Amino acid sequence: MSVQPAMPKSWRVDTKPHKFCPGCGHGLVLKALGQAIDELGIQDRAVFGCDIGCSLLAWDFFNVDTIQTHHGRTTPVITGLKRANPNLIGIAYMGDGGGYAIGSQHLVNAAARNEKITVILVNNTQYGMTGGQMAPTTLPGQKTETTPYGRDPEKTGYPTQGPEMVAAITREGAYVARGTVANLRQLKNYLKKALENQMAGNGFSFVEVLSTCPTNWRTNAEETWKMVEQELPKYFKVGEIKVPGGQKEGEANG
Amino acid sequence: MPDKPIEGEKRVFMTGNEVVAWAALVAGAEIMYGYPITPQNEIMHYWTRLAPKYGREFLQTEDELSAGFTTVGGVLAGRKAFTATAGPGNTLMQEPMSMAEAMRLPTVVVIQQRGGPSTATVIYSQQEVTMTTLGGNGEGLRIVYSTANHQELFDYTIKAFNTAWKYRFPTFVLGDGYQAKMRESLTIYDPASRGIELVEAEPYFGKPGVPGVDRPPTQLRNTYNVEEELYEVLEGYFRDYQKIAPEVAEHEAFGLEDSDLVVVSHGVVSRACKAAVKELREAGIKVGYFRPITLRPLPVEAIRETASKARQFLVVESAQGQLARLLKEAAFGCPVEMLDLFKPGVGITAEDVVSRVKEIVG
Ligand SMILES: Cc1ncc(C[n+]2csc(CCOP(=O)(O)OP(=O)(O)O)c2C)c(N)n1
Ligand code: SF4
Ligand SMILES: [Mg+2]
Repeated sequence: MSVQPAMPKSWRVDTKPHKFCPGCGHGLVLKALGQAIDELGIQDRAVFGCDIGCSLLAWDFFNVDTIQTHHGRTTPVITGLKRANPNLIGIAYMGDGGGYAIGSQHLVNAAARNEKITVILVNNTQYGMTGGQMAPTTLPGQKTETTPYGRDPEKTGYPTQGPEMVAAITREGAYVARGTVANLRQLKNYLKKALENQMAGNGFSFVEVLSTCPTNWRTNAEETWKMVEQELPKYFKVGEIKVPGGQKEGEANG
Repeated sequence: MPDKPIEGEKRVFMTGNEVVAWAALVAGAEIMYGYPITPQNEIMHYWTRLAPKYGREFLQTEDELSAGFTTVGGVLAGRKAFTATAGPGNTLMQEPMSMAEAMRLPTVVVIQQRGGPSTATVIYSQQEVTMTTLGGNGEGLRIVYSTANHQELFDYTIKAFNTAWKYRFPTFVLGDGYQAKMRESLTIYDPASRGIELVEAEPYFGKPGVPGVDRPPTQLRNTYNVEEELYEVLEGYFRDYQKIAPEVAEHEAFGLEDSDLVVVSHGVVSRACKAAVKELREAGIKVGYFRPITLRPLPVEAIRETASKARQFLVVESAQGQLARLLKEAAFGCPVEMLDLFKPGVGITAEDVVSRVKEIVG
C-alpha cells in the first residue's frame, strides 16, 4: 500500500489528481501555495486568479474562490477586486508569457502603484500552453518552436529579469523574491512572506518561481531537474530581492 | 458624510459627462476605474471630485484593458463598478467585456462615441454601434442603451446598473461627444423619490464561511475542454437572453399609423429626426418617427411591425450604416425598402433630414 503524501488542506480533493503534465512545476508551486494558505489561515478570504497559460488548469485546484481570467490580465482583475474589497487576499497566478510579455504593462503599473496584491509568476522559460514558443525568459541558445536554432540574444534580447525590474520600480513596502521548485521549503517561505506582506497592508508582493516544463523542454526527469537546478539560476538569481523594513533571508546570520 | 447625493429632485444645467457622474452616484456605484480619453474625461473628473464625499472609490488604470478588467474585479468583489471610455479605448474595452459576457458579470460601461476608425476625431460620431453591440469574440450577450439627451443620460445610467445586476449581462450606456460636452437642462433626482428601487449588488467572492467546508468555492472559468461543454453553457445564456429581451427592449415612435415613410434613427441624431418629422407632419407630409432606445437587444417586434406596415425606412445616422445593418437583420423578410442618410462622424441637423425626406417624397 502506498502512502499518499499529505495534501494541503486548502486543495480541492475532488479535482485531484491535477491536470498538469507529469514533472510539471506548476503542481509544485501550487502545493507550496496551498501550504502557505493553510499556515496563514486565509482560505476563507483568499481569492485565486489564474491566467491563461498552463495556469488556467488551476481554475478548480483549490477550495478557494477562483477566477480564471484572460492571458496577461490576471493582475488587473485581482487589482480591481482588492480595491473594491480590501479584506480579500488577492493572488494573481500567471506564467512568464502572461506576466512579462502580454501583461507586462499591468505588472509594471500595479507594482508602481504598490497595489496590495500578491503576484506569483511561474517562469518555465517558454510558452507552455501554446506548445513551447519563445518567452521573454527563454535562455540564450535555448531551442523553442519559434527559436528552432536557439534564442539569439542579438535578435531577441536576453532573458527578462522580472523580480529585479519589479524591485527597481517599487518603493518601501514591497516584497520581491525569486524562488524555485527545486527548493520547496524556501518557496513556501517566500510565498508566505509575500502573502503576509499583503495581509499587513504593506504593499505589492511578487514572487517569480523557476519552474519546469518537461513536455516542451523535451527533457527526461534527470535533464529536467538539471535545467531547473543548475541552468536557470545562471540567468535568474534565486533569493529575496526586496523585503520591507526587514532582513532578507540569510542576512541575519550571514 | 451625507449619505444621499441628491435629496428629492433638483433642476440643473450641466454637461452630459457631469450628468453621468451624478447618475452613477445616485445609482449606488461604489467604484469607478478609468483611463483618460476624450470626450469621456470629465466623467472621471466629476467622479473624482464627488466620490470621496460619499465614500466611493476611483482607480486610474494603465490603459482600458486594465480599466475593463479591474471593473470585472470590482464586480466579482460584489461592488457596483463601472468605467467609461470612447473610440480606441472602446476597442480595448472589448476584451474585458468579452470576459464579462462569458461569465455573465454585471459590468457597466459608459461610451461617449468619437470619430473613427482609429484616433480620428475627439468630437463626435455614432460609429461605435457595431463594436458596442457586437464587439469582442462573442455573440453580443450584452445590453446597450442609446441615449438622446441629458435627461436620458441620467435616467439610463441609473437603469444600466439595475439592468446589469438584475439580469447579469454586461450593460452599456452609449452616448457620444455631443452629449458628453453639451450643457443642457435636466432634473436630477434621488431614485427612491421616483419609486425606483435599486437592485442590490452581491459578492461573487468572499461570502461567509470557508470554501469546501462551509460552502462550495465560487470558481468561475471562461475556458472549456470540449465543444459540447461550451455549447451547453452558451445555449443557457441564449435562452436567458431571449427571455429577457422583450422586457429589456425599449423604443419610441409616433406618426406610424398614417405613414408610408418612417425615419429611423437612434441617440442624439433622433433629436434632429424628431424635430424634422414634426415639422414635416405640420406641413402635411405624412412621415413617421421610430427610434430604438436599446440597440442590444433591439425592439425586434416593434421594428418588424413597423417594417410590415411602412413602405420605406429612412435610416439616419452619423455612421456608414451601422444602425442600418442591425435594422436589416431585425426586419429581414419584411417588405420595407431601406433608404439612408449616412454622415459618418458628422452631426446631422433637422434640415438635413427634412431635405432628404423631401427628396424622397418628391
Ligand atoms: C490575447 C491572447 N493572445 C494569445 C493567447 C494564446 N495563449 C494562450 S496561453 C499562451 C502562453 C502561455 O505562456 P505562459 O504565460 O508562459 O504560461 P505557461 O503555459 O508557460 O505556464 C498564449 C500565447 C491568448 N489566450 N490570448
Ligand atoms: S505543457 Fe509544460 S507547463 Fe504546461 S502543464 Fe505541461 S509541463 Fe506544465
Ligand atoms: Mg511559461
